[in-house]
Amino acid sequence: MPDPSPDTLIAVAMSGGVDSSTVAALLQREGHRLVGMTMQLWNQRRLPELQVEGATGRCCSLDDVYDARAVANILGIPYYVVNFEDDFERTVVKPFIDEYLSGRTPIPCTLCNNHVKFDKFLEMAEGVGASHVATGHYARVSFNPDSGRYELRKGVDESKDQTYFLFGLTQPQLARTLFPLGGMTKPEVRALAASLKVPTAAKHDSQEICFVPNGDYAAFIDAWFKDQGIPRQSIQGEIVDTSGKVLAGHHGVHHYTVGQRKGLNVAVGEPLYVIATNPMTQQVIVGRNEDLLRRTLTAKDVNWVSVAPITEPRSAQVKIRNKHLAAQAMLIPTSDPKRVEVRFDTPQRAVTPGQAAVFYDGDLVLAGGWIE
Amino acid sequence: MNYFDHNASTPIAPEVLDVLQQVQSEVYGNPSSIHSPGQRARQYIEEARAQIARLLNCDPKEIVFTSGGTEADNLAILGVPPGHIITTAIEHPAVLAAAEHRGNSTIVTVSADGVVSPDDIRAALRPDTVLISVMHANNETGAIQPVAEIAAIAHEAGALFHSDGVQATGRIPVDVRALGVDMYSLSGHKFNAPKGVGALYVRDGVKVNARQFGGRHERERRAGTENVPGIAALGSAAALAPPDTLALRDHLEHSILNRIPGTRVNSAAAPRTPNTSNIVFPGLEAEALLISLDLAGFAVATGAACSSGAVRPSHVLTAMGLSASDAKSSIRFSLGRGNTLEQVDALIANVERSVARLRKLSPVDA
Repeated sequence: MPDPSPDTLIAVAMSGGVDSSTVAALLQREGHRLVGMTMQLWNQRRLPELQVEGATGRCCSLDDVYDARAVANILGIPYYVVNFEDDFERTVVKPFIDEYLSGRTPIPCTLCNNHVKFDKFLEMAEGVGASHVATGHYARVSFNPDSGRYELRKGVDESKDQTYFLFGLTQPQLARTLFPLGGMTKPEVRALAASLKVPTAAKHDSQEICFVPNGDYAAFIDAWFKDQGIPRQSIQGEIVDTSGKVLAGHHGVHHYTVGQRKGLNVAVGEPLYVIATNPMTQQVIVGRNEDLLRRTLTAKDVNWVSVAPITEPRSAQVKIRNKHLAAQAMLIPTSDPKRVEVRFDTPQRAVTPGQAAVFYDGDLVLAGGWIE
Repeated sequence: MNYFDHNASTPIAPEVLDVLQQVQSEVYGNPSSIHSPGQRARQYIEEARAQIARLLNCDPKEIVFTSGGTEADNLAILGVPPGHIITTAIEHPAVLAAAEHRGNSTIVTVSADGVVSPDDIRAALRPDTVLISVMHANNETGAIQPVAEIAAIAHEAGALFHSDGVQATGRIPVDVRALGVDMYSLSGHKFNAPKGVGALYVRDGVKVNARQFGGRHERERRAGTENVPGIAALGSAAALAPPDTLALRDHLEHSILNRIPGTRVNSAAAPRTPNTSNIVFPGLEAEALLISLDLAGFAVATGAACSSGAVRPSHVLTAMGLSASDAKSSIRFSLGRGNTLEQVDALIANVERSVARLRKLSPVDA
């Protein structure tokens, strides 16, 4: 981990949850000068029709700010709420919606890390005089003197590892980032939180995409358009099989994602899955489980994190979803160092355009890009 | 802490704190009671009423004590009969939200200097206009509004005139008779009295309908047992000489304008309260500058305190025609009793240092 000198100021991104609260308590115990900041990214009161009782995955609620402020007060560190709602809307929410409507399945967490948490927040931290930012991500950063590069590694707790969402980090960003929890397991973090008397030690983990209640993307997108005052014509599309036979109708491809089985309302003898969506024709193509298998993919906008761009094929383990078990593959360079062809040793299910493909060598994050 | 946010709130003056503590601990009677402890409490209230009346040049019976500026503004706006009302785009939310609640209102905008034009007010008049409300001095820029002229326009048209004087009271001379206002709001904590107490001047002969219901306190205009210690403290604050902040404010302003290229003062050409300077640092995020200064021990403000946490840039600065970017690059310095030349010089040095660091991060063409 980059080691800031003791008199430098570290900005801790505090969400009000147990992880970031523990980061603040831990760094304070180590004697660092800290400033706590909560990023206000989303106004929970904005889309009232989504305010369902018991919704999970809420970010930036008043309760979270209250919790973060309480932790900062107990630790006796200066604390501020910084408002990045406009940046979040522009760099995360809007692209998320555009991607969805284009038939891809986007990952807003990666966009948020790239454009908000490790860009805007880092800039704000520097602006107030902090040399480093610290977050509660489960990942590790270290400097490799041989290559002269900062290296990103999986968190020790594989079940909590968040490197799938962090592949966009650049060398200058990694140089100023601390992930103090990367070497710990979640139970260890909770135990440490309790021993440090962090008041949020027993708080539930956040879930799903923070600004989409209950993970209902389609309802979110409909509510967002209503909020923007953009009228939407009711969409009529067709669900077809691989031979083009129409099986049913639907109300927009954004209700479907590759690999989805539930909610198709198609009754045939065998279980059917979405294997592709086409926003131009509003067709949802369904097929059997084996139709979902792919042996290759191409990743675009590849960011080489811990190593220089490859010029020769090299083997790696590739994750195509956060919960995907990294699969053995060959990385084949193309003439464009930002485009990489991935050839899996065994075919993989539901290679989904818009999701990320992240390349690992063991726990080392080599690079990552977006599935075309 | 070096405190430069007196338009948000002020520390209680030592003389005022003495009164507050003494009355808090010794004066326990209910001012409505007939016995001597009650009469004693009543005396404190009436003495304070006379002190406020002296400050505003009115009769004591024209003063209604309230819980603060918001309640005073609400009582004025909501306490007059139904009909059309006119107010301005730069009012405090206590006026704007009350006007919205009433409905049937016209919001008049302001010039680039943050001053409303009496002609624009006149143009907004309708036969059913019952009330015009224009603040005396703006909380964000300090711009003083042409209140006397507008009061005359209101009376010509047979309407009442209210002014929110929360930012003017205790800073500039206020003479409600000379201004010709029918109602005038003030708030204790903006001029070294405690929070939770304020007043509404209601000219003799003007009827305001109570907004809360209970006992027949304050000539049936404001029900509820009076906040005796707060009111006594408010009276003693009214008797203080206003703080002499003009020279320090001008020194701060000139130094920043001279040393930091591209900066400019919002409402520079308008008459302003002598304690307020609202400065644009083009291209900089005021939020980052505020936090930098706070970490260094200097309290300043971006926009109005009430807007913090909200996304929108200041409604006052945008009404003046500032771009969203300039509005988000504006810092308000507001001085008060107790600020010294040493503090101001230290503030200037820290502003310069913080701006230099922030500009290194975000290059500006200004």
